[in-house]
Amino acid sequence: MGALAPLVIILVGAQVAGACALVGSFLLLRRMTMLGDAISHAVLPGIAVAFLLSGRPQSPWALLGAAAFGLLCAYLVQALQRAGVREDAGTGVAFTGLFALGVLLISAFADHVHLDLDHVLYGEIAYAPWDLWLVGERSLGPRALWTTGGIFLLDLAAVLLFYKELKFCAFDPETAEAAGINVRAFHYLLMTLVSVSAVAAFDAVGAILAVAMLVVPSATAYLLTDRLSVMLGLAVGLGALASALGYLLSRATDTSVAAAMAVSAGGLFALAFFLAPRHGLVARWRRRRSDG
Amino acid sequence: MDANTQWVMTGTALLGVAGGVLGSFALLRRRALVGDVLAHAALPGVAGAFLATGTKAVGPLLAGAAIAAVAGVLTMSAIARFSRLKADAAMSLVLTVFFGLGIMLLGAAQRSPGGNQSGLDKFLFGQAAAIVGRDVRVITLAAALLCLLVLLLFKEFKLLAFDPEFGVGIGLPMAAVELVFNLAVVLAVVIGLEAVGVVLMAALLVTPAAAARCWTDRLHLMVPLSGLFGALSGALGTAVSLVGPRMPTGPLIVLAATGIFVASLLLAPRRGLLARSLRSLRTRKAAQRERLLVALYDLAEEAAGAGNAPAVTAEALERRRGIPARSAGPQLARLAREGLVDEAGGTWKLTGRGLAEAYQAARSERLHLVYLMHQADLDGGMTDQGVRPAFAPEIVPQLEQWLRQHGLEPRLLPGHTAGEVG
Repeated sequence: MGALAPLVIILVGAQVAGACALVGSFLLLRRMTMLGDAISHAVLPGIAVAFLLSGRPQSPWALLGAAAFGLLCAYLVQALQRAGVREDAGTGVAFTGLFALGVLLISAFADHVHLDLDHVLYGEIAYAPWDLWLVGERSLGPRALWTTGGIFLLDLAAVLLFYKELKFCAFDPETAEAAGINVRAFHYLLMTLVSVSAVAAFDAVGAILAVAMLVVPSATAYLLTDRLSVMLGLAVGLGALASALGYLLSRATDTSVAAAMAVSAGGLFALAFFLAPRHGLVARWRRRRSDG
Repeated sequence: MDANTQWVMTGTALLGVAGGVLGSFALLRRRALVGDVLAHAALPGVAGAFLATGTKAVGPLLAGAAIAAVAGVLTMSAIARFSRLKADAAMSLVLTVFFGLGIMLLGAAQRSPGGNQSGLDKFLFGQAAAIVGRDVRVITLAAALLCLLVLLLFKEFKLLAFDPEFGVGIGLPMAAVELVFNLAVVLAVVIGLEAVGVVLMAALLVTPAAAARCWTDRLHLMVPLSGLFGALSGALGTAVSLVGPRMPTGPLIVLAATGIFVASLLLAPRRGLLARSLRSLRTRKAAQRERLLVALYDLAEEAAGAGNAPAVTAEALERRRGIPARSAGPQLARLAREGLVDEAGGTWKLTGRGLAEAYQAARSERLHLVYLMHQADLDGGMTDQGVRPAFAPEIVPQLEQWLRQHGLEPRLLPGHTAGEVG
């Protein structure tokens, strides 16, 4: 595995980034990226509970528990909104409460389980090549490769299948509702996908950096194009690029792979912020000068 | 309670006050999550300061945190201002990229001599239990400073929250006010980092304010209330953490704040969920009662018009007026207890008092009907949209005239013995 390890890490990172970029783009268009932040924190108690019940990490229960709490967070934000609490405040209240619950559960009960706060922060991507999926005697290769790949394909399938509906809901929910699209159902579909992708990201790159994967590549792509289909493709590609650059950066500086991936994604964003052909700062500035 | 615990409790309570007071304004500005972003954005400053100075002294680390948080604020406004991305994306970007940078620097710091994890780690999750006298003095000073600032700039912050354009209009430097406010949030975040950590400081800037918002619409009440809730959360969380050895203070403080919020959301007198559902239940009951009275009146009027006794059967209520017998039964029983109807052989009859009230209800409903028919011809309007609509007195004669024109005036008059048709 040794020689292939960098490739496995980069591929896992790219799959996580790709999955997150697909759903993150829709969050970005709906101006709900902070909900992505919230969900990626709120999945923690789900993971903790699954650990406590099953007694081992990497169980499918962790995925289920996390998705359930991610959805719960999205639901709470909506319910609070109906109760008169504005979205930003409701988001803040719901996810900090759930995250605190998760930290409490872990520190109070899960001391002996292999789940520490470092894992929550940094993820385990550096160990991904050595955690193999064994079926009987046979090894099917690194487990994370399968799980993150599966989640990427799940997101891709959902986006391809419901592209029109998701697009409609993202740009003009009122008209979508009037056209007979069940906006609420698609909201929760998106939230489910965000939760599941956040879990994949959580496992690989940790809680807070999951947000990087959800937001940064899609925001970069948003500056580069005006077409949603192009934006989705670009976001996935940029995520993969950030994963590769991040790996190299972490090797060069001997630091956390996950953090370096986030910083690389940030670097790509900064480039686009200044140099994007139409929406970049330089292009805007030139346009203004030639106009005036 | 030993001296150490007192320090911790005082520190966390004061932190709650600072977070609550500033959080109120952030909440009303719809920027409730800015504290979350800044708390994360401060991390590279903490790690960078350690790398630069090589010490874990609180002063330089906090200075670094403040510098990084200010850089975060500036980056955030630059992204929102100079690109097509919206505020939420700018916030998420700054939060996550700064935090990633912070973790990278932290990694480098841990490998440098003297930089084992234990010292810097507490900035991530907080270590309230380690608050000592000196920290409390820092927190007290900062909290007092922040409260004083809010007191002095109350009007300016209020304008910032509600109507910044108006502030610009009357010549206030709103950009500077915003900067001062953001710096104040940075100060609160920075002093909070040590006690409750990056991740949970955000809660102290949102949750107490959101709880206070449930209780009042007035800013000068909401701000102190929010501060009080913050203090309560700090003290309560610390108290609970004393119960067991593995109860981390930071998360417990946040959960205490969440508990206060949930209680407020349920129990607050006007905006609370309980009060609201009671109110809507009462309204629904009153509307049902009104509808039944009108139905009884209409059917009685019709029977009397045809020369029959003005009595109404449950069957007629169901068939003619769509009030199912199942729900009409208890409602009629209630009216009977009020002395408004009498039962005789399976039929219901309005008593004198019942007729008086039903007459008013029916008249009101029919006035509303003609009002809707002729709304376009009227200048005046309705004064009350309650269960029984009320009209501006000057339009009532006109409405009554239309009522007669349409043959809708209620003909079963109260005051006579029921059964006489006027």
